[in-house]
Amino acid sequence: MTPDAPVIEFRAVSFELPSGPPLLSGVNLGIHRGETLVLLGRSGSGKTTALKLINRLLEPTAGSVQVEGRATQEWDPIVLRRRIGYVIQEVGLFPHFSVERNVGLVPWLERRPAAQVRARVRKLLELVGLDPDGFAARYPHQLSGGQRQRVGVARALAADPPLLLMDEPFGALDPITRVEMQREFRALQERLRKTVVFVTHDLSEALRLATRIALLEAGRLAGVYSPAEFLAAAEPAAAAYVAAFRPETNASQP
Amino acid sequence: MSPLEFFFKNRTEILTLTGEHVWLVGVSMLLAAAVGLPLGMLLTRWPVGRRPILGAANVIQTVPSLALFGFLLPMPWLGARADRLAITALTLYALLPIIRNTYAGITGVDPAVREAARGMGMTDRQLLFHVELPLAWGVILAGVRVATVISVGIATIAAAIGAGGLGEFIFRGLAMVNNQLILAGAIPAALLALAADFVLGRLEGRLRVRA
Repeated sequence: MTPDAPVIEFRAVSFELPSGPPLLSGVNLGIHRGETLVLLGRSGSGKTTALKLINRLLEPTAGSVQVEGRATQEWDPIVLRRRIGYVIQEVGLFPHFSVERNVGLVPWLERRPAAQVRARVRKLLELVGLDPDGFAARYPHQLSGGQRQRVGVARALAADPPLLLMDEPFGALDPITRVEMQREFRALQERLRKTVVFVTHDLSEALRLATRIALLEAGRLAGVYSPAEFLAAAEPAAAAYVAAFRPETNASQP
Repeated sequence: MSPLEFFFKNRTEILTLTGEHVWLVGVSMLLAAAVGLPLGMLLTRWPVGRRPILGAANVIQTVPSLALFGFLLPMPWLGARADRLAITALTLYALLPIIRNTYAGITGVDPAVREAARGMGMTDRQLLFHVELPLAWGVILAGVRVATVISVGIATIAAAIGAGGLGEFIFRGLAMVNNQLILAGAIPAALLALAADFVLGRLEGRLRVRA
């Protein structure tokens, strides 16, 4: 693999369920090391499907998804997933584990020494803005929505994966917490420089976080833009998105 | 003779038969759990087996208990000893609630939790033993509890085939039209059922995980 080859590459990827229309068709997309690529699109546009193809929760029905130069089907799925952090909107914290065990689970499964895992957990909790002394022993039901998602991010980073997949991670948070989390995510990403694929339907979130924005429309890739390009894009789907999010157009509607 | 005097006079036999009763129920519950838990887990991984296995367990449950004891009687190894036969019948009865609750408990785990677990690279075995089962214990134990309470009742019928237990008093009382004898079997059996319900209920409460 050459240094500037994409870390993740979609090659003519299609995905469809046995019954029903294709969820993704003919997607070509390269994602580079250290960038935050935002997959933007409406509900049902195939964003989440595309994300799950990367960590092989789904497998393409045509084409291939290459991760670090190898098709996902050639990877041992367990090895592949441990190299890829995964954060979802519902967080999916393990309710029967303390925050500490939630975050330390993957290192623990990989049989790292307990002291090392504990130190790593503390460091990660600090990284996501949670005081380890106050939070390590708590259980998920004792946390607020924002705190849960912070733990979710810490857990995804636990094994220090080079790749991070985030599926509307801030979608369930109130607007103020959401903006706060976005800001912290940016700061975190400046430091960590992970390769991030971030799914959202929220244009302002995409503009705030993205290195590049890939717009999906009904399972097809409508275009890939820098945030500045996106705002000026002539492509109809992108233009429609921008128009829908422009405050004055919203206000002018009855 | 007041019922209390009667109980006191017959305390040794009541205790012996209660002991037998607990033995019948206890052994069959252990066997049913040993068979039902793995079967329930298997069904979550093997959807094809779901209908036949749950169906079979369902059919067994619909056979009237006295008839089930009768059906098992001519079986070669089983029919040889009454307690063997009674334990087999009780085990078969207990299977359905245990299999069903194991299956329901595991499949009832929040899909987001399961997706996160798979996405972070847990093997299926790790997912089952570290995540799904711990979260399902409350529901599984509820199944064991239902099965136990039912079994305490059905085990009284074991006396009809000579397997002992508190049913001895009940059948004797029925034959002799003696209410005190019937109560000497029925009251301890009811207390056993209540005690089992209480203890397992407490345990279930402790194992239930707050979401």
